[in-house]
Amino acid sequence: MEKIFQKLALSSASLVFVLLVGIFITLYSAAKPAIDEFGFDFITNPDWNKEVPIEISSSTAVTPSTNMSDKASSEVKDASIEDEDDMMLDDEDDDMMLDDEDDDVTTKTIYGGLVPIVGTLLTTLIALVFALPIAMGIAVFLAEIAPKNISNVVGIAIELLAAIPSIIFGMWGLYYFAPIIADMFGGYQVSLLTAGLVLGVMILPFMAAITRDSMNTTPAVLKESAYALGATKFEVIKDIIFPYSKVGIIGSIILALGRALGETMAVAFLIGSIFVLPQKITDPTISIPVAMANNFGEASGLGESALFYLALILFIISFAVISIAKFYFLKKAK
Amino acid sequence: MPVLNIKKFSFTYPGVEHPSLKNINLPIKRHAITALIGPSGCGKSTLLRSMNRIHDLYPGNKYEGKIEFTDQDKSVSDILEIKKENEFIELRQKIGMIFQKPTPFPMSIFENVAYGLKIAGVKNKTELADRVEVALKGSALWKEVHDRLDKSAMGLSGGQQQRLCIARAVAVKPEILLFDEPTSALDPISTGAIEELIVELKKDVSIAIVTHNMQQASRISDFTAFMYLGDLIEFDKTENIFLNPKEKKTEDYITGRFG
Ligand SMILES: Nc1ncnc2c1ncn2[C@@H]1O[C@H](COP(=O)(O)OP(=O)(O)OP(=O)(O)O)[C@@H](O)[C@H]1O
Ligand SMILES: [Mg+2]
Repeated sequence: MEKIFQKLALSSASLVFVLLVGIFITLYSAAKPAIDEFGFDFITNPDWNKEVPIEISSSTAVTPSTNMSDKASSEVKDASIEDEDDMMLDDEDDDMMLDDEDDDVTTKTIYGGLVPIVGTLLTTLIALVFALPIAMGIAVFLAEIAPKNISNVVGIAIELLAAIPSIIFGMWGLYYFAPIIADMFGGYQVSLLTAGLVLGVMILPFMAAITRDSMNTTPAVLKESAYALGATKFEVIKDIIFPYSKVGIIGSIILALGRALGETMAVAFLIGSIFVLPQKITDPTISIPVAMANNFGEASGLGESALFYLALILFIISFAVISIAKFYFLKKAK
Repeated sequence: MPVLNIKKFSFTYPGVEHPSLKNINLPIKRHAITALIGPSGCGKSTLLRSMNRIHDLYPGNKYEGKIEFTDQDKSVSDILEIKKENEFIELRQKIGMIFQKPTPFPMSIFENVAYGLKIAGVKNKTELADRVEVALKGSALWKEVHDRLDKSAMGLSGGQQQRLCIARAVAVKPEILLFDEPTSALDPISTGAIEELIVELKKDVSIAIVTHNMQQASRISDFTAFMYLGDLIEFDKTENIFLNPKEKKTEDYITGRFG
């Protein structure tokens, strides 16, 4: 009986690894053509879906292609964002037709992932920088400062906030938040900043609720011991409650990071969805999940493979961020 | 002149109709050990926790009467009058507390002992190191931990953790130490070490100790207060309480007829 139970537990546990490895292999094999074609240059190349003459070797091709992207970005600044989306689609149609003809036209389409990679990392960073201090403040307030009844009411509100589907955050962000951000910081309504801040609002309730819960596990007698030594409330929070609930707080950050890195719907509404490297924080750009969601339907061949390459990179980024957070900070916490 | 003089003291928890302590009159004598004994729920902890106003971390308690604290410089103040945070801090630096379960902070052994000093404003590194060493030696812990002061305090045994908590309280040089059943979570050997330590501390501080263990009270205390259902039944020298109690209830309790 015990043997069977052990085997069951073991196989359930190994299922996790099988899944992880399976997903990795699927992504890798689908991304293989793009990896073979573009190699690691994919990560540093800002051009997505650009035609370049075939004869020119990749090193000299850099000059014309950057020119083209500059041109593209200046076009973008004239055009409104919605038009830009259409433009991209038109481009793709053209490419496909050209690929089909491919008699005297000696061009090929290249894909680079820099823009969505940067977009993903920056929106996540903005979200975290914005949400972390506020979430900690809310958690401290709920766990230590507010009277019980207020703490309960606000706590329920926070949990409700955490349950709102992301598409609602996206719509709210676009119609209500984006104009405010544009007024305050200038620039476009849809931008890295808007997407990052709304993402921050989305992950905030998670972090606040989990942090509050782990702060509440600090034993009363431990806090009393510190007060009994003459500690102030601030010192008890800083020296006892935070260190005691460190593991829970880091856990909440990891969960929030995972959510922010992979968030698609809300970001799709707010980031602008154009393959242009942002010069300022208020510029529109695109993130990996949004690039995949927007382009998967029409993609084929190398384009589709490039999207898988992006997916693989997102997988690796998430994995790396979470393992670093886990091993580095949790080790330090001990 | 007792260091603490509790006069006509009553205490009521929030949301409770009847006071948990009724009209308590009790002196805590200087450089002596006063034991509080009595059956479970009689109010020993409640009384002890009034002496450093740790109750006030939670709102809504009601105090009546006086707890007069006579400082080393002979100035007298009523602990129950305290309202401001800095006065609470001052009070708790003078009146330390050790709890039933050891409560090491989530930091190193050194930082644990230095904590009270640091928040009291001691910054000088050598002074901190010296006072930590003195406190650890005074708590009979130095030999066991001097080579791992930077290790987490969580790695110590229960008895060592409790002695660490005593060292932590002693380091800030309090005038009074309040112990709430400090050995009830420990094995007999650790208990013996803590008892020895408490007796040793008597020359520097005045001590009030709550205990369920009557042998412990008779072994280490100079005075004993017997409490029952929120009343102080009898207070006297320990030998009188245990050898010829004046009250019938006290006699019944110490002879094990109830409780
Ligand atoms: N936070 C509280 N709120 C309301 N009543 C309380 C609270 N804490 C204790 N009491 C009540 O006050 C009375 C005295 O409790 P206290 O903890 O002081 O007893 P004790 O003598 O220390 O008992 P023990 O030996 O079990 O520790 C008990 O009747 C208890 O139920
Ligand atoms: Mg008690």
